[in-house]
Amino acid sequence: MRIGQWLYAVPLRLRSLFRSQRVEQELDEELQYHLERKIEEYMAQGMTAGQSRQAALRAMDGLTQRKEECRDMRRVNVIENTLRDIRYSLRVLAKSPGFTSVAVLTLALAIGANAVVFGILNALILRPLNVPRPESLYGIQREDGWGYQSYPDYLDLRDRNRTFDGVAAYTISAAGVDTGNTPARTWLYEVSGNYFDVLGIQPYLGRFLHAADEHGPNSAPYIVISYGYWHTHFQDDPGAVGRVVRLNKLPFTIIGVTPPGFHGTLLFFSPDFFVPIVDQEQVDGKSDLNAREKRWVIDTLGHLKAGVTPAQAAADLNSIGSWLEKSYPKDHGRMTFSLARPSLAGDILDRPAHAFVTGLMLLAGLILLAACANLGSLFAARAADRSREVALRLALGASRSRILRTLLTEAALISLVGGALGLLGSVGLLRWLSAWQPFARFPIQVPVTPDGNVYLVALVLALVSGILFGIVPVRQVLHTDPYQIVKAGSGGRLARRLTVRDVLLVVQIAICAVLVTSSMVAVRGLARSLHADFGFEPRNAMLVDANLSMAGYRGDAVPAMQKRILDAVETIPGVASAALVDNPPLVEGWNVTIVFADQTTDLRPGNAAASPVIYAVSPGYFHAAATALLSGRAFTPHDDRNAPRVAVVNREFARKIFGSVTNAMGGHYKMRDGTRTQVVGVVENGKYTTNITEALQPAMFLPILQSPSSQTWLVVRSTRDAQQLAAAIRGTLRDVDRGLPVFTETWNKGMDGALFASRVATVSLGVLGAMGAMLSITGIFGMAAYSVSRRLRELGIRIALGAQRKEVLQAALGRALKLLVFGSAAGLVLGLLAARVLASIVYQATPRDPLVLAGVVLAMALLGLLATWIPAQRALSLDPMTLLREE
Amino acid sequence: MSRPSDLVQGTLDLLLLKILALEPLNGWAISQRLKQVSGDVLQVSDGSLYPALHKLEQEGWIAAEWKASENNRRAKFYSLTRLGRGQLQKEAACWARLSDAITHVVRLEEA
Repeated sequence: MRIGQWLYAVPLRLRSLFRSQRVEQELDEELQYHLERKIEEYMAQGMTAGQSRQAALRAMDGLTQRKEECRDMRRVNVIENTLRDIRYSLRVLAKSPGFTSVAVLTLALAIGANAVVFGILNALILRPLNVPRPESLYGIQREDGWGYQSYPDYLDLRDRNRTFDGVAAYTISAAGVDTGNTPARTWLYEVSGNYFDVLGIQPYLGRFLHAADEHGPNSAPYIVISYGYWHTHFQDDPGAVGRVVRLNKLPFTIIGVTPPGFHGTLLFFSPDFFVPIVDQEQVDGKSDLNAREKRWVIDTLGHLKAGVTPAQAAADLNSIGSWLEKSYPKDHGRMTFSLARPSLAGDILDRPAHAFVTGLMLLAGLILLAACANLGSLFAARAADRSREVALRLALGASRSRILRTLLTEAALISLVGGALGLLGSVGLLRWLSAWQPFARFPIQVPVTPDGNVYLVALVLALVSGILFGIVPVRQVLHTDPYQIVKAGSGGRLARRLTVRDVLLVVQIAICAVLVTSSMVAVRGLARSLHADFGFEPRNAMLVDANLSMAGYRGDAVPAMQKRILDAVETIPGVASAALVDNPPLVEGWNVTIVFADQTTDLRPGNAAASPVIYAVSPGYFHAAATALLSGRAFTPHDDRNAPRVAVVNREFARKIFGSVTNAMGGHYKMRDGTRTQVVGVVENGKYTTNITEALQPAMFLPILQSPSSQTWLVVRSTRDAQQLAAAIRGTLRDVDRGLPVFTETWNKGMDGALFASRVATVSLGVLGAMGAMLSITGIFGMAAYSVSRRLRELGIRIALGAQRKEVLQAALGRALKLLVFGSAAGLVLGLLAARVLASIVYQATPRDPLVLAGVVLAMALLGLLATWIPAQRALSLDPMTLLREE
Repeated sequence: MSRPSDLVQGTLDLLLLKILALEPLNGWAISQRLKQVSGDVLQVSDGSLYPALHKLEQEGWIAAEWKASENNRRAKFYSLTRLGRGQLQKEAACWARLSDAITHVVRLEEA
């Protein structure tokens, strides 16, 4: 029907529906008029009044039928019948509140889980960045899947490409910012001058940076503040633009405010500030603007030119790559580029996020399927219980389609109510998730606010599942023979062969077992990871982040200040030991470099012997971190700039470069710049990057006096109460320098980031596992209860004939238990296969764990016991006399 | 809306639309007019007239209005709408095509 027709039809139908009496009256009047004219005509022909009336009515072919036809033409019957169906279904559902609430709850849980997971999928994967023309925006990644580039390489990419409308760069950093009160560590993006122009974003207030603002290092003392920061720190004062704030003690002018919907270009990391990347030295306390070998710019991105395909752009970038390879052989090994989604800084983050969320979605889908199977068999059981009613209605002349429509209406009602409830819960959960900040240190948020897509998906899922479980009993109804049923009674036939219901139940139990298995594997992995060997002892260790560049320290002032800090902290009562490290393992980030064997003379990246993680530490570090020294010595205060270069390496480093720990002792190797360095000690292996599932990594520790860094973390070992200790440390450091922003947290807390992925995985799997368990309880319960109630009479006769309890139970529940065992076994096998996938996220998640196997078997057995308990009791407490009397 | 195979129903629609295109009429008058113009060849039963009218009204092709009839009683008058005018053209064209085709076939058999 076209729009124009709707304009006529809709008001007419609404009128027919809501003013039905008036419409009926008009119909009467219209036909009456016709009738009267007809009568007049006949009377004019000479008939009597009675005859004329008879003849006129005959000409109408039955007045009532014609009226009904007119009503049909008005299409009111469909709506009225539907309303009647709904009213009837509501009555039927209200009559069995137990069934109704179980069904609604089951569906609410399943739909809710799907809506939440889809909300996450939508936010992380489907929804593009909130910038104009997101479809042509791409990030540029290297062959290893990271978006990181060096700054000079970025400049070459920006200037030499012919396929982008402009390439912008940004990286994440932090600085001490003083807006008038006390200095505080604030997270920011260092951005290229063209960043906002490339993205096409307009300022909310003031102006943005432009390429024209850049005139070499430290040339642009401007910052752009985020809307959120402006709101919380400047109380929406438009006068904030133009104000000067101190950033690492240096004056910067606020030139603009970003619009409210823009949170930077890294999906989960919204910065407070944007500063020019050319000011890197002032922000970070060191300059890597000319270091071609250092990949520190977290991501580069830009819009493709109109008509350029991603493949063409990649080819263009790769020709720049091979040019870079040739031009800078000392800095670059193989260099290839590809395009990535711009919101997660390369596939290395994108891929696991993608895989994990997709996996979750799959599991959630399984939950929904299980719920549908569950409800389907409940509905089938109900339809069978109501077979007498159905037979009666059929015998009284109801059409089968009408009866099916009633059943489907029930299913639709349940699915809509359940879906609405589930959606309500999931919206609450998603809102909470969006506001949740998992880490104290980082402004990391998971922006998963639900949008129209989520509502739509929930609605569609609800309706589809309603149809899915609603059609299960269809065949049953279609094959109902009213005569047979009314004659034989409801307990008539006994199905011996495998029914749809059985298959559904097995599938559902299998799905549940998969979920239980994977959640157990994940939980075991997490439990293990908490007691894993990290190569240091996070318990009773406090981390203190006191980045000296944020307080304006430069050059030689840095080591002197570091010594003062260390000395001050060591005097705090209860502190067993304290030491410096530029970047503690498993906390914030890590630095990787390349090293060469001593005999290597051609120092190209391709000839590197290893790419170890690198740390700069003070002499007491191994003691304070409780890292075991396997051989040789730790550093001393004499390992300073005037002494020969020395290093302590881990066992993996020793094995990789020297073959063994003994060979490594006293041996030499070359740093990236060719400096010969001697190994004076070997320590145990550990975990270093921010991923706890990492493989063995080579690592080297250098004396902080020989490789100075203004990034200053203290590791403080003490058995004192963490809060007291932290307060004492902050107080002490305030006495040393009031202007130094200090952040303290326990090492265990600091590792939250490294454990985040596995924790999230464990929690989500745990929740899904619990839901799967619940679903299978209701499923098995429904099946068992149904099979007992269908065979009540048979069981009664068996008991009357002297059957033992065991035999009764076997007759009543044998089938349900057999299905349970079969389904669990299938699910266990599938679950073990699925657990391999988990191994990449969850620490040491191995499915070949006797505890997991035993746990799953026990859990499934418990579930079965729980679910069959009530039906079993009912079967055992049967009184044959009452039963036989009733039937 | 009306399929070619649905000849009777479709034809009735066409006839009603055409009659109402000339002037607004009530149901009784329509039945009289039908008999009159077709020389009693097309006798639409009184019973099937009203469902057809109600259907056309639902489609939005004709609109109804209560007015005084020729003998000064209240009656429901139907008139053609803009949509109905378009529909009439369509159906008339369809009918012309159909009747042409059938005539053609009939002639073939004679030759």
